[in-house]
Amino acid sequence: MSTVDIQQVTKTYGEVYALDQVSLTFADREFFGLLGPSGSGKTTLLRSIAGFVTPTMGQILVDGADVSRIPTYKRDVGMVFQNYALFPHMTVFENIAYPLSVRKTKSAEIKSRVERILDLVQLGGYGSRRPRELSGGQQQRVALARALVSRPRVLLLDEPLGALDRNLRQHMQIELRQIQREVGITTILVTHDQEEALTLSDRIAIFRQGKVVQVGRPDDVYENPRDAFSAEFFGSTNFLKGVSLGVQGGIGAVELPDGTRIFTNRALPHSGSSVTLTVRPEKVLIHREQQPAGTSGSQWNILPANVIQPVYMGASVTYQVSTPPSTFSVFQQNRETRRFEAGEAVKISWLPQHTVVLDD
Amino acid sequence: MPDFAAPSIEGSSNRRARIRDRMLARLHSRQETMAKCRKLIGYGYLCCLLAFIYVPILIMIAMGFNESSDYELPFRFSLIWYQQLAGNEVLWRAGRNSVILAVASTIVATIVGTMAALAMSRYRVRGHAILQILLLPPMAVPWLILATSMLIFFYHSGIGRGLHAMLLAHVALSLPYVIVVVGARFQSFAADLEEASATLGANPWQTFVRVTLPMIAPGVAAAALFAFAISFDQFVTSYFLAPPGVTTLPVEIYASIRKGFTPEINAISTIIMVVSMLLLGFVSRFYRFGGSK
Repeated sequence: MSTVDIQQVTKTYGEVYALDQVSLTFADREFFGLLGPSGSGKTTLLRSIAGFVTPTMGQILVDGADVSRIPTYKRDVGMVFQNYALFPHMTVFENIAYPLSVRKTKSAEIKSRVERILDLVQLGGYGSRRPRELSGGQQQRVALARALVSRPRVLLLDEPLGALDRNLRQHMQIELRQIQREVGITTILVTHDQEEALTLSDRIAIFRQGKVVQVGRPDDVYENPRDAFSAEFFGSTNFLKGVSLGVQGGIGAVELPDGTRIFTNRALPHSGSSVTLTVRPEKVLIHREQQPAGTSGSQWNILPANVIQPVYMGASVTYQVSTPPSTFSVFQQNRETRRFEAGEAVKISWLPQHTVVLDD
Repeated sequence: MPDFAAPSIEGSSNRRARIRDRMLARLHSRQETMAKCRKLIGYGYLCCLLAFIYVPILIMIAMGFNESSDYELPFRFSLIWYQQLAGNEVLWRAGRNSVILAVASTIVATIVGTMAALAMSRYRVRGHAILQILLLPPMAVPWLILATSMLIFFYHSGIGRGLHAMLLAHVALSLPYVIVVVGARFQSFAADLEEASATLGANPWQTFVRVTLPMIAPGVAAAALFAFAISFDQFVTSYFLAPPGVTTLPVEIYASIRKGFTPEINAISTIIMVVSMLLLGFVSRFYRFGGSK
């Protein structure tokens, strides 16, 4: 039952702005992902919420009360660390009981609560083991159980799945999401793994150089990146630079330096100003015919292209193609009976709604 | 002719294979002998090394049980020197002083040193780097010089000589070792255990007692052993700072060697050694007990 409100938080180390006037609101029970390259400030924000970092300016409100200057242990936050930070000198049971016993909970209650949460993370019967006797995934669950057992107001996750191998990570993502829903706790996740952020988060914020670049639902940020950084950080993409010709009848046109016109049905800056466009590789079709199969071809952006290099990846093929304006990367499901060869002349095409106009 | 040629080629290739196998086998056995040789040399070297360290000690122990006062052979077992030792008031008093000093300076140096190590590894201390560097000279400077400067300083500052001065000196000598040993332990476990403890609602004192202390305990135990050994072994500073009538065991042993001595010295040395070994054994067990490997 908790909201977290970040208000104008700034953290400087000397001349460096680790956080630069960051404002964000985390809703009750929301799973929120902080995403960005290393050094972008996402971890500093998480550590500010935990209380390990004191903001230079600004406030951190939990349920309306400013906590930015009270010590960590009074903040009532649970945290899962990147390497789990389990106490090696304690058993699994003692680790999970720790937050209860430092709060002077009665031992009978500790026992029942620890056992209940061990069942929740599917580790019933593991109480007497030592952390080092557990696998990575099991340690991760113990860390999660320990962070949740005292029913904190906020759960902070610092790259919690980073140390696991790929299969286990995907499995734990689903499990983590289920447990988070079941417990109903406001959760803030720091990750540099875009897939993890997509799978887990209700909303995400993209960080760059101490600033929040974009906030929104993962699919919204992916489909409508605000600037080149968001677009590129969240999946791969193609960029085109040109000059706006303005909007006519709901369709905007952009002229590229070589004279090619690209259409978009998104808002464009006024005619004559320069714009950057982006198109995701999977929105682009590749074909030998004049028009994409089954369409009249009107409305489509169609460019002649030459295949430079097909990259075969089993389930899919990514083509690097050259077009008059620039090099394109085109993603294709491996469903076609025939693949294109290097050097082949083809057409690439996409719909105007997939031409995203970026802020410069 | 071609009828014969084929089997002869086959035969020669067979023979070649046999020769190759035999050579390989010989090479293999040669490699094995060489490995054996190398092993033997290694063991021999190890035995020499051990003998070099332990034979004098074993002879020293044995002579404590020999009846002759002039270390004469043949060996005749006797406990006479241990009986005499029991009646040697001077040595006992010196021994008691040594133990009191060692225990007191161990306690003080371990507590103060651990606190210093904690401060230096977990907090931003002003002049941290300089403090770190200042730790090294006391370990590098010969004890003779440290003892001399302490004697002069204590004399002129009015601290004077006596057990209290010796305590100060022993603490000062062992402090750098304690800080370095405990500090290394702090470095070896990540600060995020303490951070985790804080997020779990433990106040700084609870965190220290329930997380930090168990994690550094092996280091603290090792440091305490160091401090004890430095004090108990300490000859130079004790010799300088002891006023007439007050001695410690090393000082007294030295004095009696100069006077001409009996195997009583062997007896007391044996006792000291056994006690040190027991202490070491205890600490090393504790080491395994408290720490991650």
